[in-house]
Amino acid sequence: MERVAVLSGNHAVAHAVKLCRPHVIAAYPITPQTQIVEKLAEFVERGELKAKYIRVESEHSAMAAIIGASAAGARVFTATSSQGLLYMHEAIWSAAGARLPIVMAVVTRAIFPPWNIWTDHSDILAQRDTGWIIAMAESNQEVFDMIIQAYRIAEDERVLLPVMIGLDAFSLSHTAAPVSLLDQDKVDKFLPPRRAFSFLLDIENPITMGNVAFPDHYMEFRYLIQKAMERAKQVIREVEEEFYEISSRKYGGLVEEYRCNDADVILVLMGAWSGDAKECADKLREEGLRVGVLRIRFIRPLPIEEIKRVSLGRKAVIVVDRDISFGGTGILFTEVSSILQQNSVTVRGFIAGLGGRDVTAKDFAQMVKQVYTDLEVGERRSRVEWYGVKEVI
Amino acid sequence: MTITIKSLSREEYLLPGNASCPGCPASLGLRLLGKALGKNMILVVPASCTSIIQGPYPKTSIKLPLINVIFASSAATASGIAAALEILGKKGVHVVCWSGDGGTVDIGLQALSGAAERGDNILYICYDNEAYMNTGIQRSGSTPYGAWTTTTVLGKRRHKKNLPMMMVVHDVPYVATASIGYPLDFIEKIRKAARYKGFKYIHLLAPCPVGWRFPPSKTIEIGRLAVLTGMWPLYEVERGKFRLTGVSRSLLDKSKRSPIVEYIKIQGRFSHISEEEIRILEEYVDKLWEDIRKIIS
Repeated sequence: MERVAVLSGNHAVAHAVKLCRPHVIAAYPITPQTQIVEKLAEFVERGELKAKYIRVESEHSAMAAIIGASAAGARVFTATSSQGLLYMHEAIWSAAGARLPIVMAVVTRAIFPPWNIWTDHSDILAQRDTGWIIAMAESNQEVFDMIIQAYRIAEDERVLLPVMIGLDAFSLSHTAAPVSLLDQDKVDKFLPPRRAFSFLLDIENPITMGNVAFPDHYMEFRYLIQKAMERAKQVIREVEEEFYEISSRKYGGLVEEYRCNDADVILVLMGAWSGDAKECADKLREEGLRVGVLRIRFIRPLPIEEIKRVSLGRKAVIVVDRDISFGGTGILFTEVSSILQQNSVTVRGFIAGLGGRDVTAKDFAQMVKQVYTDLEVGERRSRVEWYGVKEVI
Repeated sequence: MTITIKSLSREEYLLPGNASCPGCPASLGLRLLGKALGKNMILVVPASCTSIIQGPYPKTSIKLPLINVIFASSAATASGIAAALEILGKKGVHVVCWSGDGGTVDIGLQALSGAAERGDNILYICYDNEAYMNTGIQRSGSTPYGAWTTTTVLGKRRHKKNLPMMMVVHDVPYVATASIGYPLDFIEKIRKAARYKGFKYIHLLAPCPVGWRFPPSKTIEIGRLAVLTGMWPLYEVERGKFRLTGVSRSLLDKSKRSPIVEYIKIQGRFSHISEEEIRILEEYVDKLWEDIRKIIS
């Protein structure tokens, strides 16, 4: 019988990583990721995890170190958040460009200035175009499950791309919840030692990696990442099915659909507050409003088919962003709108909860009701507004 | 123990037809590195002239496993490779950073210092051509006082950062300076460094004909003059023990050092240097040696 432990999101990450038997971990602490790297250091020092742990002097070096280790054949891990993720940004591109199956946990946190350590999705979404597979979890259990699956996805020879798994600051990272663990032998069977290599630094077979590619060649490297991303969609689904065999848990692939079948209005969002959105859907259904939730699990590769399939024929799709592309709109809103632009679906956007401002089921209900009211008076235009922002000018 | 040119392997790890400029000290240094350690090494190369010397994809001029990395990351990447080799049980492979002065004394300094402090098992070689040569001769923290670069058109107003000494205070098992003018001394130091486990650092002075404005045939001569004038002392610090090497052993006595104008006058980058600036450089050299005297005594 598998153990159920009460774990914070951060410790759920650390336990999952330990089960994946990484060879090299390199990390730099940042609130609210710290407990992940502390726990892993403890596992290594106590001999519970046989790994080399490099206590680097910065996030830029954390990513650089695991790039080197991964290129030399190791399974690797790091974790960061917010400023650390931004500081790492250059190296993040490097990891994907080198097609290295790196796994990283990102505790999503607001960006300075002003200082703010609470959740916000701007940090992880600023990595959107880097070539990483990017996922967001809703619960500590899902974080645990996603980390283990992430290595399978990243190391699949059809993919060979790095994967980052996001979890919201504090609402997941520091909130304890029951997590069903998995036995080591089951994980070992699910995740055998790394076999596929994009390339390997090996003295018996010397190659030069990353040298200059003229315009004649560069574009194809980029095209191959795009093709790998497209193949990753199927791999993500397959890996989840296999994971179901050992865990009896699955979430729905690139998205999770919650009460969407007969819904008139769909709430689209990602991360921990999806739970509040589901609670909102349940409550509004008691009032006779047919609301569903489409939770984006993977923002890259973008679940184009799923978003289209779930959205078409609805009265409205409401995208709630915990991020803002200044001068543009919410980033999820942009993504969803780009998919639905040729279909006559009303797409409404709300920017909410930045810097950890609390957003509850009641707030989601208010957004939904506002859209319903607009629809009743024939207002069907797509637009984005800020939710709950105070009068500042 | 003395190494001779004849005793070196004929095997080349930097192939002919590579993309280096005539008289390039970096390509010569790479050849010597190959002769020093043979095939048992993995090279880490940040953005630098060596990014170009390799030649473009799908070809390469370097017959060693090599990873090109982002500018500030060479030491950290090497730390990761060394950690992976250790835990995967791959023994006897040297992880060597081959970085320019920009990637070492400036943008790469944080990662370098971190790796040295941790004592990661790598050999870091800085080939110092005293400016950002790959981008077209901009000043670096390693450019000497008075030198013209495209961003110090009237001559740099600050002295060169003394990076080897910075590495010495990191308390690592081996730190050395070398000059491309003395290839056997360089090879000996590489081999000595490679015998130590932990962090090793070699700073190779690499006179660049393009950036220093001298004919390509004079690379070795200028590399020697740098040492003979005392501008670039050759030494090694082995387990904390300082020792002058090669011709530098006799240069503590100022009268044995050639006048620095012999070094300066054949380089176009110093063509507009004034008497006053030469005096400032002379004082710099005197202080360099005074500091060495204090270390020795």
